[in-house]
Amino acid sequence: MQFRLEKRPQPSQLMLYLAPVLAVLLTMVVGALLFSALGYDGIGAVLEIFTKPLTNPLKWQDLGVKAAPLIIIAVGLSIAYRANVWNIGAEGQYVAGALGGTAVVLLTMKMQGPWILPTMIIAGMLAGMALAAIPAFLKTRFDVNEILTTLMLNYAIVQLLYFLLRTSWKDPMAFGFPRTALFTASQSLPYLWPGTILHWGVPIAGIVAIIAWFVMGRSVFGFQVRVVGSAPNAARYGGFSANRTVWLVMLVSGALAGLAGVLEAAGPFRQLVPAFPTGYGFTAIIVAFLGRLNPFGCVIAGLVLAISYVGGEVAQTTLGLPSAATGIFQGMLLFFLLAGDVFVRYRLRPVVARAQGEAA
Amino acid sequence: MSAEFLVAIVYAIVLVATPILLAGLGELVVEKSGVLNLGVEGMMLIGAVTGFAVTSLSGNAYLGVLAAAFAGSAASMIFGFLTLTLSANQVATGLALTIFGGGFSALAGKSFLGKTVPAFTQLFPTELATHPIWRVIFGYSPLVYLSLIMCVGIAWFLKRTRAGLILRAVGENDLSAHSIGYSVIGVRYLAVAFGGAMAGIAGSMFSLVLTPIWAEGLTAGRGWIALALVVFSAWKPYRLLVGAYIFGAVMTLEVHAKAAGGVFSALPSEFWAALPYLATVLVLVIISLRRGSSSGAPACLGRPFIPSA
Repeated sequence: MQFRLEKRPQPSQLMLYLAPVLAVLLTMVVGALLFSALGYDGIGAVLEIFTKPLTNPLKWQDLGVKAAPLIIIAVGLSIAYRANVWNIGAEGQYVAGALGGTAVVLLTMKMQGPWILPTMIIAGMLAGMALAAIPAFLKTRFDVNEILTTLMLNYAIVQLLYFLLRTSWKDPMAFGFPRTALFTASQSLPYLWPGTILHWGVPIAGIVAIIAWFVMGRSVFGFQVRVVGSAPNAARYGGFSANRTVWLVMLVSGALAGLAGVLEAAGPFRQLVPAFPTGYGFTAIIVAFLGRLNPFGCVIAGLVLAISYVGGEVAQTTLGLPSAATGIFQGMLLFFLLAGDVFVRYRLRPVVARAQGEAA
Repeated sequence: MSAEFLVAIVYAIVLVATPILLAGLGELVVEKSGVLNLGVEGMMLIGAVTGFAVTSLSGNAYLGVLAAAFAGSAASMIFGFLTLTLSANQVATGLALTIFGGGFSALAGKSFLGKTVPAFTQLFPTELATHPIWRVIFGYSPLVYLSLIMCVGIAWFLKRTRAGLILRAVGENDLSAHSIGYSVIGVRYLAVAFGGAMAGIAGSMFSLVLTPIWAEGLTAGRGWIALALVVFSAWKPYRLLVGAYIFGAVMTLEVHAKAAGGVFSALPSEFWAALPYLATVLVLVIISLRRGSSSGAPACLGRPFIPSA
């Protein structure tokens, strides 16, 4: 029997929220099959990756710490994607944020005071915005496609990180290793409770999501972004400038990626090393889609992806899976989600025999 | 500058340019049919690991390249099913393919880390292939000659054949092509499969010729440069060939800047490593500035085709 897609009279609200759930379940099932085909214990790997982080209380803090940057970046990206601006450069803007924060760190090495950390955070957000401003400028001024420019800058900024760590930012006491000095107490994010690894970046991620929800749902800016993204002609008619929207969403998403970067540097890392870029900026793209481009959805999706990260680390030690194997799950998750999204707008209709020629 | 030195430089440029040329040619055909597949990097990685694994197990590099082409093509069919049959968002699906390809290749390649593979046999007599001067023509890997043949073949196909005309029609005006009776989705499936095969071969060039070893993420973002190259070429195969060699020259600087002396060694190596990516941005700006004439982009690029809608 053949099927064909038929447009629904209106988008299915049920499928909109069911699709992410189905995508996660399908990813686990197909993931198990794929890992078995590659000669691993498939079911074991899926259980290890998706349930160990939840059943082992020692891993719960880890989930929060991994989810925080994903949520912060994804909230910014979902605002950009709502406006149909494809910022794929969050990874670079995240690194830029860490560089901005670390620049303040190196200037305040001998100083103390509660003003240092906020200054670092502002510098980080400005650095993320500055990197995002390049594609925004090129898009609005020269109509250059932002997908490729944001992506290319990811690779370029990582080279800047390597250069600084190898030369002027290198800690002279580091025995020649390319890394900065450790951040001082005034330059590091405090822990929420002593003895845990939960730092202030975790509640900040929640606050960012709440603010974004409020701004997107209740403000003219949020309305403008949604109109420009979904109905560009209506937006032009209504006097919303497409160029101004590109600028705004690029700067907001860049600032949030930069915020995530500086929080990560001042929180879990407390120094800058060549291994700082870990792909959060790319994973956050999946988080944004899985979270339905909705700030609170991003919080849930961020936690789901954090599970795959933490579980991936568990599986690395217990099953000997390479860390990049998490990418399989993340890629599949996005595949299934995108496939499921089709059924938000369309439904499957069996094609009756006499109509077969028409459908083919 | 001695002739031998010049030969060494040209030789290096041609080698590093060939993967982006192969992948770029494949993507050019895909985009000519109106589809934007951003998964080139992922398909390259899948091709790289498959080519390495099959060559390592069979001892035959040609078999490895063939397997890489099949693997790249198979991976592209995931993209094809989602974007063509289910008309999912092409940008997001391409990104998913790249993320998936990175993870899949890392997992599949784990048992091949640190292994070596037999090299390709030379196509030409050893006296020519290793001659200090003549190797600039005769001394390359067979994949280099394949990329040149493909460039000529694709240019001829698009311009001179009926099938090429249909492919371009589908990319320029899918509704008209559909109403004349051509299968828009069918043509696009074939184009996407071809693009996947070319990306797979391009990936195998990394693991079989350039490094030649398997390492996670060894394509290092070159798939994205191939995508930029297609824009740079204004969707013209011969311009893509020239562009690939220009980018190859820029990428070669990273390795040879120190040896070259002068201004090249004065700048840090990281600058030369970042240059191909910065150059891509610059090129995109230049193309946009000249867009007054025409960028050459297929009119239906990236737009899903839904006949019933």
